[in-house]
Order: sequence, then C-alpha cells, then structure tokens
Amino acid sequence: MKSILATLALTTALTIPGLAMARPVTLTTTLNNYGGDGAYLALYVTDASGAYVGSLWMAGGKSKYYEHLSDWYRATGGDTAQVNGITGASVGAGRTLEITLDLADALFDAGYTLHIDAAVEDMRDSPNEVAVPLTTDGAGTPVTGRRYVASFAYDM
Amino acid sequence: MIRALHRWPGLLALALVTILSLSGAALSVFPAAERITAPQAEAGLTVAALADRIQAVYPGVEQIRRSPSGRITAYWFDQGAPGAAVIDPATGEGVASADPNQAERWLTNLHRSLFLGDGGRFAMAAGAAAMLILSLSGAALVVRRAGGWRHWFAPLRGPLAGRLHAEIARIAVVGLVLSSTTALWMTASTFDLLPDGGSMPAVPAEVSGETGFALDQMITLRQTPVAELRELSFPYPGDATDVFTVKTDRGTGYLDQGDGALLAWADLTGWERVSETIYMLHTGQGAATLGLVLGLMALGVPAMGATGVVIWLAGRRGRPRIRGNQPAGRAKTILLVGSEGGSTWGFAATLQAALTEAGQSVHVGPMSGFAPERYARAERIILLAATYGDGAAPASAKGFLDRLNASDRAPNIPLAVLGFGDRSFPAYCAFAKSVAAAAEAKGWPELLALDTIDRQSPQDFARWGRALGDALGIRLELSHRPVQMQTTTLTLVSRRDYGAEVQAPTTILRFALPHASLWQRLRGAGFARFHAGDLIGILPEGGAVPRLYSLASGRRDSFIEIVVKKHPGGLCSGQLTALEPGDTVAAFLRRNPGFRPDRSRAPLILIGAGTGIGPLAGFVRGNARHRPIHLFFGMRHPDSDFFYGEELVTWQDEGRLTRLVTAVSRGARPHYVQDALRGEATQVAELIRNGARVMVCGGRDMATGVADALAEILAPAGLTPAVLKAEGRYVEDVY
Repeated sequence: MKSILATLALTTALTIPGLAMARPVTLTTTLNNYGGDGAYLALYVTDASGAYVGSLWMAGGKSKYYEHLSDWYRATGGDTAQVNGITGASVGAGRTLEITLDLADALFDAGYTLHIDAAVEDMRDSPNEVAVPLTTDGAGTPVTGRRYVASFAYDM
Repeated sequence: MIRALHRWPGLLALALVTILSLSGAALSVFPAAERITAPQAEAGLTVAALADRIQAVYPGVEQIRRSPSGRITAYWFDQGAPGAAVIDPATGEGVASADPNQAERWLTNLHRSLFLGDGGRFAMAAGAAAMLILSLSGAALVVRRAGGWRHWFAPLRGPLAGRLHAEIARIAVVGLVLSSTTALWMTASTFDLLPDGGSMPAVPAEVSGETGFALDQMITLRQTPVAELRELSFPYPGDATDVFTVKTDRGTGYLDQGDGALLAWADLTGWERVSETIYMLHTGQGAATLGLVLGLMALGVPAMGATGVVIWLAGRRGRPRIRGNQPAGRAKTILLVGSEGGSTWGFAATLQAALTEAGQSVHVGPMSGFAPERYARAERIILLAATYGDGAAPASAKGFLDRLNASDRAPNIPLAVLGFGDRSFPAYCAFAKSVAAAAEAKGWPELLALDTIDRQSPQDFARWGRALGDALGIRLELSHRPVQMQTTTLTLVSRRDYGAEVQAPTTILRFALPHASLWQRLRGAGFARFHAGDLIGILPEGGAVPRLYSLASGRRDSFIEIVVKKHPGGLCSGQLTALEPGDTVAAFLRRNPGFRPDRSRAPLILIGAGTGIGPLAGFVRGNARHRPIHLFFGMRHPDSDFFYGEELVTWQDEGRLTRLVTAVSRGARPHYVQDALRGEATQVAELIRNGARVMVCGGRDMATGVADALAEILAPAGLTPAVLKAEGRYVEDVY
C-alpha cells in the first residue's frame, strides 16, 4: 500500500480559527477495489448549518475534472484557490491516502462535519461519499463510504 | 531541410508513434461497438419520460447519464448499496453492466500516458507533436516529389519501400494530421492551458423548500429530448434545499424539486463547444464511423515506420565516403553535387577518385555551398546535378540558381554540367538544363556541353568521363558501380539466333531460373522475384562496368530471357552472344518498377523496335487476364529479325495479344514503327482518349520519333505525350 504523508504548515483558514490552538490530525482514507482509474477526492469541512467552511485536501491535480466533485464544486464555485498548496495526486483503487495536518481545536465537538466527495472517470460521481462529524470521541473510529471509500478515520 | 525535418523526428519518435497509433487503432473499435450494442432511445422520447421510467424501476436513482453513442447509464442506491447499469430506455430496466471495460481502460491509459501519469502524458503529447511534424513535412515531400498538389495521387515510381511509404502516407496523412492536432488540443485542455472549463450556473439562493414534484411534469425535462441529454443528477433524498442538475448539449441548469421550475441556466461556452467537438473527432465517441476510419489510417503508421527505416538505411548505404577531399581554396577541380536521394554522390565519389588518381586536386561539395570567391586556384568547375519532381532543385542544390542569378557575372572558370535523371519522366534532367541555361545566360565559359546520365547508367557515365578526359588532356576511365552487386550464376538453356542476314546479329538467350533460398524468397531478393521489364546486369569478363539488359520474362515464366544484339567490338554483347547451352554468366537483378504495366484493365499500346521487343514480348506473354494489348513492332526484315515471330502468332490466338502492327525498315519503302503509328492514327488516338497506356522500349532515336508521331496524332484531341507522362500513362525504357 502506498501512503501519502503530508504535513501542512499553518496556512489554511481551518488551521488558524482565531485561537492559535491546534493539534496534528491524521486523516486515513482507504479505497476499495472499484475497478477504475484513480479517484479524485475532495476533503472539506462544513459547519453546523451545512455551510462550507474550508478544504483540507484535494487528491487530483486537474481542475477541469473538479466539477465531478459536485458538492464541493457547488460550495466553492470550483475555486481552485481553496485547494492551493493542499493538492496531491489522485488515489488508485485499493490504495490509501494518509494526510497529517494541524487542525484547530475549535473544529472539534462544535458541530463541524468532514465531507469527502469522490469521482472516477467513466464511473459514478459520488458527492458526499463520506460525511463524518468531527468529535474528539469519534477519533480513530473508521467509517465506510457510499461507493469508493472502504474506510475513513481521523486520528489525533 | 524538409527531409531532415521528416527523418529525425521520425526515427526518434518511431517507438512512441507506433504505440500511439496501434493503441489508437485498437481504441477506435470501442465507440463503434458501443454504438451497435447500446439500446437506443425511441425517437421523440423526452428526458422527463425517461427519468420517470428509470425512477419507477430504481427509486433510489441518483444520476442518469447519456454517452455520445446513445448509451444510457443510471446510478442508484438501494438500501445503502450502490448500483449501476446500462438502461434500456424503452423500459427503464437495467440490461447490462455499467462497469468500465477493462481492456478499453488499459488501452486508454497506455494511449494517453504509457501508465506513467503526467510524465507519460507529456511523452505521448510529444509523440503526437512528432506525428504532426512528420505528417506535414511528409506531405511537403510528397508534393515536391510529385511536382505539385495537383499530382497528389499521381502514380509513383522507385524502390518498393519508398513507394509503399508514400502510397500509405498520401491516404493516411489526413487522418494523422487530424488525430495529432486534436491530441495536442486535448492535452492542452487536460493541463488547463485552455479556457474551456465547465461553465456552471450560479447556485440558486432560494428554492421552494418543497419536494416530490413529479419528474414527468417538469417543463424543462419535458422539452428536452433524450438525444440532447448528457446528465441528470437527482437531489439528496430528504434535503429540501437540494436541486436537480441537468446537463444537455446546450448547457447546464438547476431545477427545483418542489415545483419543477428552472432555477438557473448557463449555456456552453464557445471554448467548451470547440473542445467537445475536438474530443469527438479524436475519440470517435459520437462519430463512430469517423473513429473507425481514423483507426484504420493510424494502422498505416507502423508500416510507414518500417518502410521509413528501410529508406533511411538505403540512403545511408548509398552515400559513399569521399577520401582525400581537398579544400575549396586549393583544389584545381571543383566538383559540386546536386543530389536528392544520395546516388549522385556515388558518381561524384567515382569521378573524384579517378581524377585524384590522375594527379588532379579535387574539392567535392554540395551545389548549395557554391561560393566562387573561394575557388582561388580552380581551373574548372564540374556540376553533377540530379532533378527533383517537376524540375526542382534537389536537396543538396538548394539556392544554387538563386545565387548564380543574383551574381553580377559568372566565374571565369570553365564549367561542365552533367545531369542525372530518368528519361521516363517528363522533366528529364530539367534542373541540370536550367543550370546550364542560366550559366550560358551569365556568359559562363564552357568546358563541356551539357550531357545527361539516364537512370544511373554506368555506360553513359563512362562515355562522359572519356569526353572530360579529352577536354583535360588526360586519360579518364570512369568505372562506376552504384552498389557492390551480389551476382548470381545463370546457366544458359537455349539460344535462338536472328538478324545475321541484315547485319544485325541478335540472339534471344534463355537462362535457367536459379535456386532461391527461403530467406531470399521471403524478402523477394535477387531473382526470387522479378518481372518482365526489370533489368539484368552483367559484368563482362575483363570489363569494369556492368551492362544492363531488359528482361523478357518474369519469375512466373520460370526462366530468364533477354534479347541481345551483338555490337561490333562490344565486350559484353560479344561474350553473351557467344554463349552455348550449359555455359554460365554472373548476373544481378536491378528492379525497374517504372517500366511495368499497371494493374488496370485499360488497353496497353506497346511500341518497340529491334531488341526493344524484349520486355514488350514479356508483357504479352504474361497477359493471362487478356487485357487488350496493341503491339507496334519495328524490324529490319521479317525473314531475318522478326523476334518472337512465332510466339506472337500463338499469343494472338490465345487472346494475350489483341493486335500486332509491324513496320519493316529494309526494302523498297523503308517503314519505321513511328510510320506504323501514323498509319493507325485514328485507332491510336481513340484508344488513348479512352484511357489506354503507352509503353515504349528501344533506342533513343526511335523513342524520339515515336514521341513526335504521338504528338501529331494526339494534337487534335488536345493531348500531348508530356501530359500523358505526367499522368503516368506514357512510360519509356530507352537505351
């Protein structure tokens, strides 16, 4: 299994929500063997009202395909500035994407939800593939996605 | 320059373009297969009706897509489990798996990226660029070779590899240009270099907040035929703020799930339309037939790669090394070469070697490097000039005429021009003639009058060499052997003698077919494959220069036959006509594809005199298809040199020969073959007007006489021998 380890500097809005209290969080996404080309994945956060707050990671470098990540695309208007500096390669079937980044403490136990939109060429678009509330208790508990994600977990 | 632009990208990118074209050809099959197998929607079916049908079968439907082939795919969730299928639009039921075809996926990844991600995409884009450069430079070469766009499809001559290369190219080039330009556009699009991104409408700020409006009542969907649909995405179940998203050939819109209203719409941009059209042209998705045609054309690329390498290797072998070349400023003889394929360089090397041996200092260079101010010690300038196409300068003579015409006056160094060409082309030695004319106009002193070498004839070259030696006051024996020929031993089987009574002793010699190895047969090398009209080279004992004779038989005849006239004092003809059955000679084969009947059924007019009957008799003998053949044959006296007299009667009975017209030159009223033509003027003109082809074989004077006679005969029809030559309908084999 190939794993991608990315450590982000404190650059995005999510990592500095006013209070400079942050902790390293590892996001582990493992895909099932869906039998297609590499999947594009958008990891982003919405608040309690469902409004888009910011993006954590974009797996997939060609912005012309972002419209297939339809919830993320609708929320951001396809704005690539949202994922500047936090974009990596698409993730192959059966592979694991592992990202470590510093997330603000305030994001946890405050009604925020982490979403993953997924899309694969010539296969189903899967917006909201994963939607998991960010809570300290939920850390380390794997969840399964709708179509492509075999397991997703965040660890602190 | 164009040739270099064709050769180097071709050799460098050979592997890439081969992979591109083979995988592309294989991929071209899939859109056609999908078009045939996918159940198509009935005419007039609306998206509303289709979506309603599918939702009735799959209540959890989330997205419906229509591919350009018309295939409809639906994606749904059933109690949390994802499902997908190809849908029969008539029922809304799934009929086939929607999983991607693994073979197509594998080929696609090979074709666009060699499985190497973005680096592979760049490599393949470079391959496409190489293909484009090759196509354009190749087209320019074909045009130059044929003598203009008008002659794009003119018949080709020359070695098989070159002909095949150009034959495939002039058909496939259209497809290759299209495939490679669209590939480059698609690469640019993939890497966001083009502003052709999707245009999505702004997200509606307010929705009705209701859900459950019936799909088949939505106005927009009722007005959209299935043929225009690309994609319909459903809102999340239970989320009243979500909307339907519909994409069609015209644009993208959002529909309210509570009242079916169109909340927002954005048209496709012009860039998007262009990119989609280009995608269709490249992949054949939505244009399956075009895709198949492009795929077939792509299959020509490996063949062109193989023949291209053969041409390149042959060209490399053909150009010899020049030893002891002197600097231009020190040489007494300046020898400049205008060569296209490289063979004229071989003659230059022979001449340079002979002159050097005779104590001369010689500088050899391309005509394009003509720089008279540098020739400080030169006493003579010799130009060896081939011709390209319709009289254009060959590659190594580019710019020579411009430089000469631009100069105030010609150098005061005596000049000799020797042209190289093929008499069967209308523009025979045309470039050498232009050079000689320009030199004369500039008052350039003459060392030797313009002379020409027909089809690399070593005899012509040796004759010219003696004239040059006379002019220089030295003995110059030029024995040019184009390539070291591998000879085969031929054994004489029978001989028939003619013409002694008319002081023209001539013999028809028949040799046994030599054994050919399997490898020779596979390659068609040597005597494993030959046709009447090809040439046989014989190196006489004690002679340095091989003599060429036209073959009167093909491989199918199972013997090798030539007609040889004994020349007084002729070394080779003397030895050949002295052969008795069982004796042997060493011979090699020189192909002569320019002098061969085409494969059509158009009537043939064969004209020959004396030993020129040889290949013509071979054509008649091989005419098993009973194509109409009219043979005009000139002889001295029917009782003495009527070669093939008995066979011609038999062939006429068998239907291989339609008509025989003879002309007899000895007697009370001398009659030549051109007179016989004039006598049949009406019929000859009629035949030619109806597409007949003319083939002439014999001496130079006879060929000139025949061309004059045909010019007279054809004038009323507005045709000339030159026009027929340009169309490939009038070919000569002259010696």
